[in-house]
Amino acid sequence: MMKKLLIGLFALLPTFAMAAGPSMPLMDANIDLRDNASLQRGAKLFMNYCLGCHQMQYQRYERTFRDIGIPVEIGKETLIFDDSKVGSHILNAMSKEDAAKWFGAAPPDLTLISRVKSPDYIYTYLKSFYKDESRPFGVNNVVFPLVGMPHVLQELQGLPMPITEEVVEGGETVTKVVGVETDGSGEMSDDEYDQAARDLTNFLAYVGEPSRLESEAIGIKVLGFLVIFFILAFFLKKEYWRDVH
Amino acid sequence: MTSKYEEQTTMGDNTEAKSGGVVSSVVNWIDDRIPMTRVWNMHIAQYPAPKNFNFWYLFGSLAILVLVNQIVTGIWLTMNFVPSAEGAFASVEYIMRDVEYGWLLRYLHSTGASAFFVVVYLHMFRGMIYGSYQKPRELLWLFGMLIFLALMAEAFMGYLLPWGQMSFWGAQVIISLFGAIPVIGEDLTQWIRGDYVISGATLNRFFALHVIALPLVLVILVFLHIVALHEVGSNNPDGIEIKRKKGSVAEEDKPKFKFHEYYTNKKDVVDAIPFHPYYTVKDVLGVAGFLILFCWVVFFMPEMNGFFLEAPNFEAANPLKTPEHIFPVWYFTPFYAILRAIPDKLAGVVAMGASIVMLALLPWLDRGKVRSIRYRSIWHKLNIAQFVVTFLILGWAGATPQTVFSTILSQICTVTYFMFFVLLYVYSKNEVTKPLPTRLTK
Amino acid sequence: MSNAPVDNSRRRFLTIATSVVGGVGAAGAAVPFIASWNPSERAKSAGAPVEVDISKLEPGQLIRVEWRGKPVWVIYRTPKMLEQMKQHEDQLRDPNSDEAQQLESAKNSYRSKREEIFVAVGICTHLGCSPTFMNGGFGEKVEGTADGFFCPCHGSKFDMAGRVFQNVPAPLNLEIPPYVFLDDTTILVGEEEGVA
Repeated sequence: MMKKLLIGLFALLPTFAMAAGPSMPLMDANIDLRDNASLQRGAKLFMNYCLGCHQMQYQRYERTFRDIGIPVEIGKETLIFDDSKVGSHILNAMSKEDAAKWFGAAPPDLTLISRVKSPDYIYTYLKSFYKDESRPFGVNNVVFPLVGMPHVLQELQGLPMPITEEVVEGGETVTKVVGVETDGSGEMSDDEYDQAARDLTNFLAYVGEPSRLESEAIGIKVLGFLVIFFILAFFLKKEYWRDVH
Repeated sequence: MTSKYEEQTTMGDNTEAKSGGVVSSVVNWIDDRIPMTRVWNMHIAQYPAPKNFNFWYLFGSLAILVLVNQIVTGIWLTMNFVPSAEGAFASVEYIMRDVEYGWLLRYLHSTGASAFFVVVYLHMFRGMIYGSYQKPRELLWLFGMLIFLALMAEAFMGYLLPWGQMSFWGAQVIISLFGAIPVIGEDLTQWIRGDYVISGATLNRFFALHVIALPLVLVILVFLHIVALHEVGSNNPDGIEIKRKKGSVAEEDKPKFKFHEYYTNKKDVVDAIPFHPYYTVKDVLGVAGFLILFCWVVFFMPEMNGFFLEAPNFEAANPLKTPEHIFPVWYFTPFYAILRAIPDKLAGVVAMGASIVMLALLPWLDRGKVRSIRYRSIWHKLNIAQFVVTFLILGWAGATPQTVFSTILSQICTVTYFMFFVLLYVYSKNEVTKPLPTRLTK
Repeated sequence: MSNAPVDNSRRRFLTIATSVVGGVGAAGAAVPFIASWNPSERAKSAGAPVEVDISKLEPGQLIRVEWRGKPVWVIYRTPKMLEQMKQHEDQLRDPNSDEAQQLESAKNSYRSKREEIFVAVGICTHLGCSPTFMNGGFGEKVEGTADGFFCPCHGSKFDMAGRVFQNVPAPLNLEIPPYVFLDDTTILVGEEEGVA
């Protein structure tokens, strides 16, 4: 299906069409859920750049602030842009019908995106937009071909240009996008943008499973306790089984 | 239970005896009304168990532990789950985020489901290698197979409840299997779904069966399984009986323990020890070891790389969009691979059903007189080894996107799967076995 | 019921130690099950403090707001109401509000932060009905007191500070919720100064 579409595109735009499959290996997001500063920057990026279209309909503001170390009052002033209460879910005002009309499909909810995909995927995705005039928003994405979303972080990254390679696939030579390189028009340097993408990924990973750190903290104690219990049970068993052996 | 009785048996001084007066009068009062002490002695404290149980014999009690875990965490999940197409997915996230420790209850239940199958598969394998299905334990084995079937139904219906993409499409595929049945197939699938597609109606009926009907059936079957076990007595790694003809055992060969007269009146018992305290303390050790592994998964890797919780299931069910790659949870994949191996819908379904029926028929397919793999022929050992490899490959193939390679591999393994039973039937008739010991070995 | 021939102190010690540790483990395992019955984040969010605009509240008027699913009354008491409250103190069960039914800051003869503005949980302390505000006409219940609250379920009577009269089933004065004046015309019900 996708291939047919791409071949169709190829025919229409012989000068600028590429068979970009999701063949690019994912980059390592290298996130750290314990890094509150990163999570806070990620939250700020999300509220500013993503929330306009993507909701987090299962996650609440207040809990998010608490978990990533933002005082509730400050969070309320700096990160809630509408009249939502701190206890409410992270929602936007966009209706699904409008969204589907504008983007072809409603922008997905992002609460669980890090679990549906993976942090590495999100990180790579954020770094893989490239200029493609054939697309409605003027950009395409290496890991998500024919993406129906604008490059919302363009003001930060600048407009990335595709790096292409000629590869032989099934006897045909096709042009493939293997990477991107920014035109330098953004506010951020490459390193700064990488960090921003990492922060946003980190935040999305946190929201995907907000109980992760608590789980591991309790888990260590539970395992320690069980090891003690195991040792006791071992000697108890040995003691009783002296009768048998 | 263990600790209470332990204390009574180990504390023997005078002050204890006095307070024991009150305890024993309460016990007597109850015993006059229900057979508490008798059942305790007959089935636990004075139940003769072979003294040579090994590692493989832990999985029966572990299965009960996991069943209890599933029931208790299941009851607690029901308190916040909303069984409707509109509310199910959101209510699971509500449990994961808004309910205090809800995430833990959910992970205990989701990990418990997989743990149940791990434990049950190992328990069944134990039965296969030591011939525990052979006469007189055929009915015990059949009850076990019914438990396995009920468990598969329970797991399948439970998997629909989170109402994720995999829930929806997995159920769609499995229910469609019934469509392979000639004449009534299409009507039957529609009747099961209660709609033209999987819908809220399906979710509601699966919920009712998952939380009430099937757990009830499971508990009753487990009870019958244990009743049958205690009637015929446990098999053991040597596969020889510990109950001998009355009067055939010399006095000095009899165990030093007291067993319930229900067992000793009719038979002489050799090489046996009372289930309690010896196997209770051993099972406690097994439980501790199991819980270390179990909690490690629950707290640190509940998704188990997508094997226990599949990534597409974190996306709400969408009837208009199929995930790229649908496969059932790992515990169904060996049977799913057999289904996919056969390029005919009806034949595939029949083969999948037959693969389970064959297991149930083991007591009659194995015509050997020797139970344990320890004393059976090299052919039997090789046959079981190839069966294990076959089962693992099928499990892998069922979880992999279908390719030419995986299809051919599945087809080969489907043949070897059934060959296990055919070969067993053939060689077991006149199998050359090693001589059996007269008494249990260590 | 002993079926173990050997008995010794080591065995006794190990049995008790394992039982105690096992018992602690079982108690620990019960924690998540018990804790999960606490109000969830959703319940807490729904029970968050409520802002009440009192700029349009007129003397003698009562408005109800919902806080944590309970009716909370905000009443503008007239000078006459305040005056008559002093007249019947001998007929009250707990005129000085000694029972812990209010915040320290509202423990005064008016049971409020501001004399004229009365805030209370409108639930009878007897069995949970919501009493009726009798703006005038309360005299037939308690002689010489024109205004008060009368519970239709079992006849409990409260004065304009929510203090319970003697010889009625209700044992305690009406509960005063935590609240704070955000400004002259806005009350936040459910939160006390300095307490989030």
